[in-house]
Amino acid sequence: MSSFSDYLIVFICGGAICVIGQLLISLTRLTASRILVLFVSLGAVLTAIGIYAPFAEFAKAGATVPLTGFGYSLAKGAMEGAKESGILGAFTGGIKATAGGIAAAVFFGYLCAVIFTPKTKK
Amino acid sequence: MKKLKREQIRYKEKVDAIAPKSKTLSGCIRAFIAGGLICMLGQAIGDVGSLLFSFSETDRASFTSIALIFIGALLTGVGVYDNIGAWAGAGSIVPITGFSNSIVSPAMEFKREGLVMGVGSKLFTVAGPVLVYGISVSILIGLLTCLFS
Repeated sequence: MSSFSDYLIVFICGGAICVIGQLLISLTRLTASRILVLFVSLGAVLTAIGIYAPFAEFAKAGATVPLTGFGYSLAKGAMEGAKESGILGAFTGGIKATAGGIAAAVFFGYLCAVIFTPKTKK
Repeated sequence: MKKLKREQIRYKEKVDAIAPKSKTLSGCIRAFIAGGLICMLGQAIGDVGSLLFSFSETDRASFTSIALIFIGALLTGVGVYDNIGAWAGAGSIVPITGFSNSIVSPAMEFKREGLVMGVGSKLFTVAGPVLVYGISVSILIGLLTCLFS
């Protein structure tokens, strides 16, 4: 179990990453999809240069729940795969590590899109 | 460029000075609160999951992602997530629930174009680019790791 201070750190770090996204939207008028692409790539690159892993150790869900955390899992998986089984691992590692999330996104996304109809926007 | 009258310029200066800054600030505060809360929810889900199933660290991460993606998809389906998004801005986009929202939302919108080219393809309107860049960057990083180790 996590302590109260763990949750406080999660809140602050997760919130801070979202503020960076909000600043990008407000100041540069980047669209939401560009933000998501940017954050995933950024998370992966920060992992590669060794910054994101210690940050994730510290911030826990505050680092892994934002989409930079998806990039972190991808890059971490690819790096571990590459160390274990070379070039093949570089290709399989990233998706292996994130398979659960990707599969869930496709499956639940499809189900919800089929079951529900869009609400009329007010 | 069209010349503005002096009064118009003064008006514009006044508006620029007041409007966007306060909007940015309140947007950031809301993004901070909403994003922080969603991350805390993720931490709580991970804690409960670890307690019930005694997960390893990687399983815990997968479990948390899957649960949050499910919650995001469901809330988008029932129309709640759009309301959250209207208030929270990036606080609802950046967490993984926002990724899930970006999958369900266009797919639901284009349902009338059929289950294959409507739902099936529009699921990836935003998720497609995210996966393309995320996976490509991770493979590059993996190959670089091969080279330098």
